[in-house]
Amino acid sequence: MKPYKLALIPAAFMVMATMASAGVVAPNDVVFESDGAVSQSLTGVPGDPANGRKVFAHRKKGNCLACHKNSDLSEQQFHGEIGPELDGVAERYDEAHLRGILVNSKKTFEGSIMPSFYRLENGARTMKKFQGKTILTAQEVEDVLAYLMTLK
Amino acid sequence: MKRIMTSAMIGGLVAASLGFAAQAEGTKDSLVINGEDGPVKIITHVKNPPAGSPLPELFSGWVFRSKETRALEADDFDNPGMIFVEQAWETWNTPDGKAGKSCADCHGEPSSMKGLRAVLPRWDDKQGKLMTLEDYINWSRVEHMGAKPWKYGGGQLTSMVALISLQSRGMPVNVKTDGPAKKMWELGKKIYYTRVGQLDMACSNCHEDNYGKYIRADHLSQGQINGFPAYRLKNAKLNSVHARFKGCMKNIRAKPYKVGSDEFRALELYVASRGNGLSVEAPSVRN
Ligand code: HEC
Ligand code: HEC
Ligand code: HEC
Repeated sequence: MKPYKLALIPAAFMVMATMASAGVVAPNDVVFESDGAVSQSLTGVPGDPANGRKVFAHRKKGNCLACHKNSDLSEQQFHGEIGPELDGVAERYDEAHLRGILVNSKKTFEGSIMPSFYRLENGARTMKKFQGKTILTAQEVEDVLAYLMTLK
Repeated sequence: MKRIMTSAMIGGLVAASLGFAAQAEGTKDSLVINGEDGPVKIITHVKNPPAGSPLPELFSGWVFRSKETRALEADDFDNPGMIFVEQAWETWNTPDGKAGKSCADCHGEPSSMKGLRAVLPRWDDKQGKLMTLEDYINWSRVEHMGAKPWKYGGGQLTSMVALISLQSRGMPVNVKTDGPAKKMWELGKKIYYTRVGQLDMACSNCHEDNYGKYIRADHLSQGQINGFPAYRLKNAKLNSVHARFKGCMKNIRAKPYKVGSDEFRALELYVASRGNGLSVEAPSVRN
């Protein structure tokens, strides 16, 4: 029994190692320009705008509609008005700036109410189940970004 | 500068979409509650708040609720919170504890408590601590009745708080923030402005910077507590002040302080002071 278990460990390590080497930038390793932009993709994998649209609307993920109106999602009821409308947002910002706003909104908008979706140092007293976790995964950020780029 | 520019921009964009512009503010209607002893005028809007207020004007949460919800509060006959007040009135008259006495035996009618809710929480020299209405009731139960304290935030205590608060309905909130209460008030203020949780927000981000705007389907109020305990349509019961604080903290994925904790007492004093001048409105109706 024992040897069997031991044999499993190296296999598990190998899986983890492959995941880490897949080019995902860890939250603390993200490089920001002085104006808050992030030019390097967080995953190297092109974002999927269709999934990004879902993440955008999902109440437990992006929940962007809590604060932003977005006509492209008019089938969803109740769009918030805390932040600016996101119609045509890809005409106002380039990809790197939008990525920066998603990763850490505060680097672009000082003191913003907007959550930082790919950052570990959030507010005090974070609930246990969310500790050490980002709101969105790296790929989800890239997906939402790809979706935002379609809002022209 | 950035803030000013952004809000000007938001204003422009909101005005451009008519559907939203119409709802951007609270109601201008005034609230007169049709109660058992006649109409009671409620101050839901203070144009000139006391000096040092962080808010340019004060608004009761009632102002931001829907027409239907507002109407429920305007008549005690329609207010579902009054059922719990009636239950508390029965409790008031029922003997309990080793002394075999009821609240009524010592305090007479609930109306003997008039004015109390408007000045709580307050520092109590004899107790050597900041006392909420919940604290006084439980203290009296233990000290004078020889009865067990009720659970803080539980149904029995919250209903009794509503009955006693009702006696002050219409009176302006007037809590003291100086003297020995100052330390707790400062702590409450610090908690109010500290960003918490994975979503990284402070109470002020929503209730000071953005009241009057919609956050998804919720019309944001100033997060005042003059209406508490509040009957919420969402859970069909009376909600204590601390339960509401807890809910807001959980929504931003922060670990709430304990209901009945010193931190929430301090926060209660601080939030109450932000509403000095609004009428006691309990039991209010909210969604
Ligand atoms: C709690 C409210 C809130 C949430 C949730 C939120 N935002 Fe924001 N967002 C804001 C505010 C407010 C601003 C304006 C900047 C400022 O003043 O802080 C903003 C600005 C932006 C901007 C810049 C828009 C412009 O025209 O300048 C983009 C892009 C953006 N948000 C995207 C998103 C996306 C995508 C999500 C979901 C993943 C999201 N936001 C979630 C509040 C929010
Ligand atoms: C045996 C008599 C007795 C009974 C029974 C009793 N109390 Fe008291 N209560 C007192 C006394 C004495 C005080 C202290 C008055 C003071 O110091 O001003 C007090 C104080 C209070 C206070 C604080 C009042 C203030 O103005 O500071 C509240 C609230 C209170 N009681 C609520 C209740 C409730 C509710 C009940 C029933 C669940 C109850 N009491 C039952 C005797 C009693
Ligand atoms: C993400 C935004 C947000 C944050 C942050 C937040 N709240 Fe709230 N709060 C709400 C919403 C939405 C409601 C329900 C609508 C309303 O009354 O604003 C609410 C309601 C309340 C109410 C009830 C008001 C009434 O009249 O019924 C109180 C009190 C309150 N909040 C206090 C707080 C305190 C204290 C904090 C900080 C610990 C806090 N809130 C943080 C969004 C927030």
